[in-house]
Amino acid sequence: MQTINFLKPNRDNIKNYSIIGSFLVLVSLIDVISNAFLKINLTSFLPGSLTTLFPLIIGLIGLNMMRIDYSGHKTLDLLNKNINTNNFNALLTLLILFSIIKALPQSLSWMILDATISGDSKDACTGTGACWTYIKVWFRRFMYGMYPNEFHWRINTAFILVIALGFVGYFMKENLKKYLALYYVIIYPVIAYLVIYYLISGGSFGLQWVETGAWGGLSLTFIVSFFCLIFCFPLGMIFALGRRSNLPAIKYISICYIEFWRGVPLITVLFMSSVMFPMFLPEDFFMDKLVRVIIAITLFEAAYCAEVIRGGLQSLPRGQYDAAKSLGMGYWKMHIFVILPQALKLVIPGIANTFLALVKDTPLIFVVGLAELAGMLALAKTNPKWLGFAMEGYIFASIVFWIICYAMSKYSYNLEAKYKTER
Amino acid sequence: MSDPIIKIQNMNKWFGDFQVLKNINLEVEANKKIVVCGPSGSGKSTLIRCINRLEEHQEGDIIVDGNELSEKTKDIEKIRAEVGMVFQQFNLFPHLSILDNCTLAPIWVKKMPKKEAQELALDQLKKVQIDDQANKFPGQLSGGQQQRCAIARALCMQPKIMLFDEPTSALDPEMIKEVLDAMVSLAKGGMTMIVVTHEMGFAKEVADEVIFMDEGMIIEKAGTKEFFANPKSDRTKLFLSQIL
Repeated sequence: MQTINFLKPNRDNIKNYSIIGSFLVLVSLIDVISNAFLKINLTSFLPGSLTTLFPLIIGLIGLNMMRIDYSGHKTLDLLNKNINTNNFNALLTLLILFSIIKALPQSLSWMILDATISGDSKDACTGTGACWTYIKVWFRRFMYGMYPNEFHWRINTAFILVIALGFVGYFMKENLKKYLALYYVIIYPVIAYLVIYYLISGGSFGLQWVETGAWGGLSLTFIVSFFCLIFCFPLGMIFALGRRSNLPAIKYISICYIEFWRGVPLITVLFMSSVMFPMFLPEDFFMDKLVRVIIAITLFEAAYCAEVIRGGLQSLPRGQYDAAKSLGMGYWKMHIFVILPQALKLVIPGIANTFLALVKDTPLIFVVGLAELAGMLALAKTNPKWLGFAMEGYIFASIVFWIICYAMSKYSYNLEAKYKTER
Repeated sequence: MSDPIIKIQNMNKWFGDFQVLKNINLEVEANKKIVVCGPSGSGKSTLIRCINRLEEHQEGDIIVDGNELSEKTKDIEKIRAEVGMVFQQFNLFPHLSILDNCTLAPIWVKKMPKKEAQELALDQLKKVQIDDQANKFPGQLSGGQQQRCAIARALCMQPKIMLFDEPTSALDPEMIKEVLDAMVSLAKGGMTMIVVTHEMGFAKEVADEVIFMDEGMIIEKAGTKEFFANPKSDRTKLFLSQIL
């Protein structure tokens, strides 16, 4: 006897059901798309709330009909397994899909179709969309801050030099490889500092002096992040080892240091560094505000790095220490050759996390009057000639930050894959 | 009789309130092979870990090759370099190749030139028959191979004494033999060895003396034949009846 199983699809009636089901889903999608892009309501004949709910109901019925276990059809199985496992998931799928479709036309027209990019003053922006002219006109400010336009090449050259020096490690000869850590921890930062000091600050070799107050924009973000990153890592390593030391003095100093810096908000640290700190210094002693800020952020982030690295040290089995000791290695040899190489590998994700947070914390230096990218935005949006374009600025800044941070996290994945070891 | 290379006198050790080693007296002469056996938790491992000061003892004296081990010992690394140790869990360095595992300590502790260290390492690896695996990483080797590498690594420091802390306990049965073979050939080469193990066959074959420990004390210490033929204490008899 043949039973009618209208809402119970199975392998026998798979063809009918999948065709009817996909047709219904298609109808619901067409309805939403036409509604969003063409502003035509295909279902205007239906009463009130049914019109809005129509695509959802039709889509749900369609997906329900398509839900056939082990249909043997590849695409259908994939669909059922991932987005159509039950009615609730089907509903979520449809809701997400519809919201994206609904939001697309507005954002597209605001960001691209109705946007303006020509001209070089506010008057060019007459459309209803975004005013990218604003970004275009202010671009140099966003990149270089108040740094004089004619000297921008100095910043560019300095960055290219610093990046090139960073790659030296890759081309080092085999017999120099053992000095690699020494190079990156001590020599490289010093050279980078000198390059940035002489090229960007100037004051000698016929280059005009530009005070750090004029530095700004993305280049300042890079400078601050760069120095903080390369200094906070070794410092964090020292405190991580210190916290695990057997010597009580070193141990408790490390604990105090870490707990102190982790307990204070970065913003107060920055205030202290720029307002309070100079008061404690002797009269004739001068330290640039930017240097003070970099030191403050470095000390702050080093505490976080220390705890991340300590986590890695903690996770190594005791046998590794035993083995290294039994071979006659002292504390430093054991850590340099056996413990740290393994621990640092383990903490790459955590360190990347800390570094990303650091890069995104740099805008805070605005509170002490240093305007990096986000700071320049804050200045630009209050410029009387360019009022009302905060949105464009923030979108621009978030895209720039996202690119930087995404690149960093990609790089950390690469490192992880490169140094993976089997246990 | 020559001076003992290891001399332990009235040694006591506590973990917190718990006394793990009670009044240990032991003398080991050069080139002798000692097997230490006993139930788990009897302090065997702790005893041999005290000999290269991976554990610190609280009372008594331990003298290794004429150097007394105490808080005042300055060059503990120097003494450790002369005492090789093989662990239950192998403890190879997973981030280094087999060859680098073996050359690391000779190069950095003994300041041996790299080339010489590599030749020495390959030589030692050949003795334990894994010289063909030299460029692999520990994670790619079987347990038996890893343990043999660990033996080779310890031997690369050219130690005077070798300590084995249950070297076969973490291995599959068919891999135990290859490790024991390596240890037997080492023993025949005249190395001073202290071996904590449950492999009584190994003890019978190479040991000069067998020590039975229980509850932190040395219950019985006798020549190998004597130990197995007529054990004196009841505790030893019970242990042997269970294990043999």
